[in-house]
Amino acid sequence: MTFPPSGDTEDLLRELRPQVLGVLVRRFGDFAAAEDALQEALVAAATHWPTDGLPDNPRGWLIQAAHRRMTDAIRADAARRNREAVAAGREPTRPADITTPDRDDTLALFFLCCHPALSPASAIALTLRSVGGLTTAEIARAFLLPEATMTQRITRAKRRVAALNRPFAVPESGQWHERLGAVLHVLYLIFTEGHASTSGRQVRRADLSAEAIRLTRAVHGQLPDDPEVTGLLALMLLTDAHRAARTGPRGELIPLAEQDRRLWDREAITEGVRLTTAAIGHGLTGPYRIQAAIAVLHAQATSTEDTDWDRILSLYRLLERVAPNPLVTLNLGVATAMAHGPSAGLDLIAAHQDQLSGTHRLAAVRAHLYEMAGDTPSAVAEYTVAANSTPSVAERDYLILRAARLRGEVGPDRS
Amino acid sequence: MKYMLIKTYSEAAYCDSPIHEWEPKDIEAHIDFQRALGEQLAASGELVEAQGLAGPDQARIVSSDGRSAPVVTDGPFPETKEFLAGYWIVDVDSAERAVEIAAQASAAPGPGGKPIGEYIEVRAIMSAPPTDQ
Repeated sequence: MTFPPSGDTEDLLRELRPQVLGVLVRRFGDFAAAEDALQEALVAAATHWPTDGLPDNPRGWLIQAAHRRMTDAIRADAARRNREAVAAGREPTRPADITTPDRDDTLALFFLCCHPALSPASAIALTLRSVGGLTTAEIARAFLLPEATMTQRITRAKRRVAALNRPFAVPESGQWHERLGAVLHVLYLIFTEGHASTSGRQVRRADLSAEAIRLTRAVHGQLPDDPEVTGLLALMLLTDAHRAARTGPRGELIPLAEQDRRLWDREAITEGVRLTTAAIGHGLTGPYRIQAAIAVLHAQATSTEDTDWDRILSLYRLLERVAPNPLVTLNLGVATAMAHGPSAGLDLIAAHQDQLSGTHRLAAVRAHLYEMAGDTPSAVAEYTVAANSTPSVAERDYLILRAARLRGEVGPDRS
Repeated sequence: MKYMLIKTYSEAAYCDSPIHEWEPKDIEAHIDFQRALGEQLAASGELVEAQGLAGPDQARIVSSDGRSAPVVTDGPFPETKEFLAGYWIVDVDSAERAVEIAAQASAAPGPGGKPIGEYIEVRAIMSAPPTDQ
């Protein structure tokens, strides 16, 4: 028996949470009741372990504690309704549940929380709550929503999955690919939400990017040989490595080309490169792998000029075939401009004008390319359009400043 | 008691050029000012919420009779001065304090660092319970 520092207990409980919840849901089939029971068991553990010492088998301890509470709750419920059949039919938890971590349980919980029947917003909330173990208040704060709204969102999501046929089954091989894709998509959305919110509001423990990385690590731990899981984890690490460099003193966005690369997190990059190498060993066939490969090329360059834009361009072409969307097309335009000059990039974007008109980044990218081409008046005009249409304060501040500095270079022409 | 301090796109009292026409250093000073004001109100325990709204270009105006398809008017709109640009919600001890904060916000720096005199509307939020007299 050892006495862990309280922070370690907290980390351990967060790590064990999905495994234990998985076991309980699979045995009892009642998601909400399993969560309640687990919550009580976690509180008991957080209270006792730091003073009484860590049990020999923390996972088994939690399962038994939560199991006892669930059985009690079912008995009480059954007694109340004068029905004993439910409780009587329950066997005690099999010893195997307690001793060997059942890999499928954590994964099954991910599949359940990211079920395609849920909207992305609901799946994100449920995943953070049930797998991540964040409190509803923390999730609400991270998304700048009232707690009551988040409570409702999570409750409705639970009700939705409870109504599914065999919700807690690990998908069969025919569906596996699609269902895993849904899990990865939810994790990616959590990550980008954290990466995009540079409003300066710090949310304790609910740093969404870090949470997304932690959860993706958990999936990677279960499926170490899946190249898309590996690719997504690599992509997150490589992107998150820029964190210290990507905002200025005013909270304004600093684009890749102007970042102080000495501020990049080398340790995260090293791990990201290693994971990417492993992932693309399976072939460059999945969107997360391809994006990770692009991120590696950026990470390995000492400057924009030094970047291997030809390879990045061919990777974006590949990505556009595998997973086309307007942002990919815009990035393809930027890579084309970097490899073959700004007018080639502008031509490519003009050719896709119709698909791109809905994205606020269109004006920003065109502004950059006009600036590269030396067409300052067009660049200033596009930066101003972009500043008026971005939903991000950090990006707006960056775009306004960029336009103002450019105008300053050509003199005080205010026509 | 809670107040909403509202900014619109109307011209400021002492500045007739929009921010995107200012010098970079003036824009920086303005952004710094807004950030510092938010931090100050958070630190004093008075800030409930502050939000800026995306530009009126993206606004849509909706009306419906409850039966037929709603009428949705897309921007750009010819007249945007009345559009809401952003707001603070503050929880303060007195109406005077709300006015004081509004005055501080109004004097945000503009070109040459001079206060622009932005018009800030101070509105009491109705959910506040009646005070004891």
